Amino acid sequence: MSGKSLNLTLKIWRQKGPEDKGHFETYRAENISPDASFLEMLDIVNEQLAEDGKDPIAFDHDCREGICGMCGCVVEGRPHGPDRETTLCQLHMRRFPDGATLTIEPYRARAVPVIKDLVVDRGALDFLIQAGGFVSVNTGQAPEANSLPAGRDDVERAMDAAACIGCGACVAACPNASAMLFVSAKVSHLALLPQGRPEAARRALSMVAEMDALGFGNCTNHRECEVECPKGITIGNIARLNREFFKAALGSYEQIPSTPVSPGKSKRGGE
Amino acid sequence: MKLDSQIPGGPLETKWDRHRFDLKLVNPANKRKYDIIVVGTGLAGGSACAALAELGYNVKAFCLQDSPRRAHSIAAQGGINAAKNYPNDGDSIWRLFYDTIKGGDFRAREANVYRLAQVSNLIIDHCVAQGIPFAREYGGLLANRSFGGAQVARTFYARGQTGQQLLLCCYQGMMRQAAAGQIKMFPRREVLELALVNGQARGLVVRNLITGAIESHAAHAVVLATGGYGNVFYLSTNGVGGNVGAAWRAYKKGAGFANPCFTQIHPTCIPVHGAYQSKLTLMSESLRNDGRVWVPKQPGDKRPPLEIPESERDYYLERIYPSFGNLAPRDISSRAAKRMCDEGKGVGPTGLAVYLDFSDAIGRLGRKEIESRYGNLFQMYHKIVDQDPYEVPMMIYPAVHYTMGGLWVDYNLMSTIPGLFVLGEANFSDHGANRLGASALMQGLADGYFVIPYTIGGYLAGATFPEVSASHAAFHEAEAVVQARTAKLLGIRGKRTAASFHRDLGLIMWEYVGMGRRDAGLEKARRLIRELRGEFWDNLLIPGTDKELNQNLERAGRVADFLEFAELLAIDALARRESCGGHFNEAFQYEDGESKRDDVNMCHVAVWEYAGEGQEPVFHTEPLVYENVKLAVRSYK
Repeated sequence: MSGKSLNLTLKIWRQKGPEDKGHFETYRAENISPDASFLEMLDIVNEQLAEDGKDPIAFDHDCREGICGMCGCVVEGRPHGPDRETTLCQLHMRRFPDGATLTIEPYRARAVPVIKDLVVDRGALDFLIQAGGFVSVNTGQAPEANSLPAGRDDVERAMDAAACIGCGACVAACPNASAMLFVSAKVSHLALLPQGRPEAARRALSMVAEMDALGFGNCTNHRECEVECPKGITIGNIARLNREFFKAALGSYEQIPSTPVSPGKSKRGGE
Repeated sequence: MKLDSQIPGGPLETKWDRHRFDLKLVNPANKRKYDIIVVGTGLAGGSACAALAELGYNVKAFCLQDSPRRAHSIAAQGGINAAKNYPNDGDSIWRLFYDTIKGGDFRAREANVYRLAQVSNLIIDHCVAQGIPFAREYGGLLANRSFGGAQVARTFYARGQTGQQLLLCCYQGMMRQAAAGQIKMFPRREVLELALVNGQARGLVVRNLITGAIESHAAHAVVLATGGYGNVFYLSTNGVGGNVGAAWRAYKKGAGFANPCFTQIHPTCIPVHGAYQSKLTLMSESLRNDGRVWVPKQPGDKRPPLEIPESERDYYLERIYPSFGNLAPRDISSRAAKRMCDEGKGVGPTGLAVYLDFSDAIGRLGRKEIESRYGNLFQMYHKIVDQDPYEVPMMIYPAVHYTMGGLWVDYNLMSTIPGLFVLGEANFSDHGANRLGASALMQGLADGYFVIPYTIGGYLAGATFPEVSASHAAFHEAEAVVQARTAKLLGIRGKRTAASFHRDLGLIMWEYVGMGRRDAGLEKARRLIRELRGEFWDNLLIPGTDKELNQNLERAGRVADFLEFAELLAIDALARRESCGGHFNEAFQYEDGESKRDDVNMCHVAVWEYAGEGQEPVFHTEPLVYENVKLAVRSYK
């Protein structure tokens, strides 16, 4: 498993707060085990910074097994780093050659502002779900679970879409900072299941309208999101979202909502 | 401290129905007059938030992360149990109840566990209605698989990501209520004090982790669903942020802490590989459905696994436990792995690992089928260990996973502090001394969706509430305590970071309070913990200030709590004069190494009451009364 240890040069974005301009600083990461994860490498650098009396680098993380979606920053220009279908916490240092220089910076998108260093505010993703990313069922209302069969193939495709961890890498990867992959994953997950059909039209219209209100860009088929998604969500979901949106806009009684759920992009940020 | 479990009388099967009828109701129009704080947004907290908001209560939801969707329930892989009996293989509410009581080594309350089994089916109904993509048969109906500790297939699953799917739908239910204005979200907040007025829990003092601001929040009741304390061992399968903080604050304010020594060591985790390691990764127990666990028969056999012929392998779980085989419960499988390694049969570079081999299953079912069942787990293993588990057997070793102990609660899930409710892993109630696989998701959702919505109403309707806002003196006092504590932490200006103290604490806990405990080791652990705590308060280093996002300050507060709590865990382990479930004291075992319970003297919940700084905690017991099951030696042979 273990090989020779690595010595690396890190160029890391430092930004004290949302109002600070921010800048890159250069650090050394010495004697890093190739079996360490990328975040464990940052832990080691931070321990050294703290012992030297300097401010450690703030970064988000929690589960460290690739499922919570809390971690993620841009390494060498790519969200979650160079490996496909890999979150930053699952990226291992054996991936990098000894002596490499790595540039590490936060996600950059208007709707996802920097809070400090590599930590960003992804609250906009919660507002997108609030706009309609759910099935309206109250606790206690549900019919017997097997009373509504669901085709296995549809459920498998719903599960492919539902695997989204809400990390925001798709937004960071998109030249338009669009959240189309995120929104389409949720719309697809629920539209493919019989339980999600009754609200499918309303959901597609509201979530797309919310995305615009929050300041996300639109999709122009660059496919960067698909390449960087750590869970392999495909842009086939965006095609499905577009179909659901047109069906809803032209063939349903639902209207595109005029007022967004979120308090408006001008008031956002900070908290 | 008075421990009244509030268990309703009468036959087991109708206790919950009768109790629901006896509980007072809050009129629908009056529900909007009550504010309820919920701390933690995993399956227990998230489901409670959604269900209470749907009823019309004003819910304030607090979590550490940037979004409720990140709670560590999301990492649960294998599945969720229910007594649907869809496979027609002999399951029933009674069997799920019995398996859970037996799996818990007869140290849980009959009434609570029976209720859990009863509502299990409602949970599946609700989850399906929410749009959880559970695995299906080709006919479109729900599929089941088997899991450790059960001989029926009652586990519902969504690939290896069941926890993720359950949590996301729970979160979506929360977001629906947030959009409706029934839930107010407070993400990136950490609980630093609990505020009591007239002995009732009436709110919290929290730190806003982004700005550093200390905030007070008032309510009519407080619900803690803050998870377990596994991170007291430093390395565990828990998320890195997992902590005992809110529960510990509650304990110090008068909530009893029950059975802290019942800690579950999960048998199938990726082995430890380096000192810099920050966490351990679980490989779902569901893998034991198809994987076979083995070690070389000869101690010290260092040949690569594929060069060890079949005749020289010891499939020890199948050998020792022929009727359950590789599906023996977690505590039993973990100790068996440790015994093998203690005998020198451990494998891998450290000798602290056993093989989990899929070659038979791949031969029988084909690689494609194994991929569809466990693809994401195999991929995760490959990434971490850099070996392909389709070609070479996985290496696994036990790791701290789940904690059965927690704050004591009565049948209504209320702690010894009126108005303070505790749900999910944070309470002690349903798993006894050991939790069976796929039962944590069931309990979290049972507590949140189907128990607390009834019991909290009973409390609110029966209590009187003085007018209390966040400017009440109780909050000023609590804020002063918080400020003083933060200033003390920042004022130490020593040389060691909180993370380094945490790592040292973990080594002590794993060595002396881990899988095999001894009285002398536990006493030694108490001494070492106290010494480490002393050094912590002398030599802690926290860079930065409390007026900003400061992850080192957050960590320091959590480690400070663990350094106190760890000692209580050791004290409880010393007081339990038996071995059972997640507590194994080597002085209490049969000749074959199995746990020896003492049902005459130890059939109780051990509850600890805080007695003040530097004082020994006060010991109480709640006797466990078994009217429906016969206590038996827990055999899986």
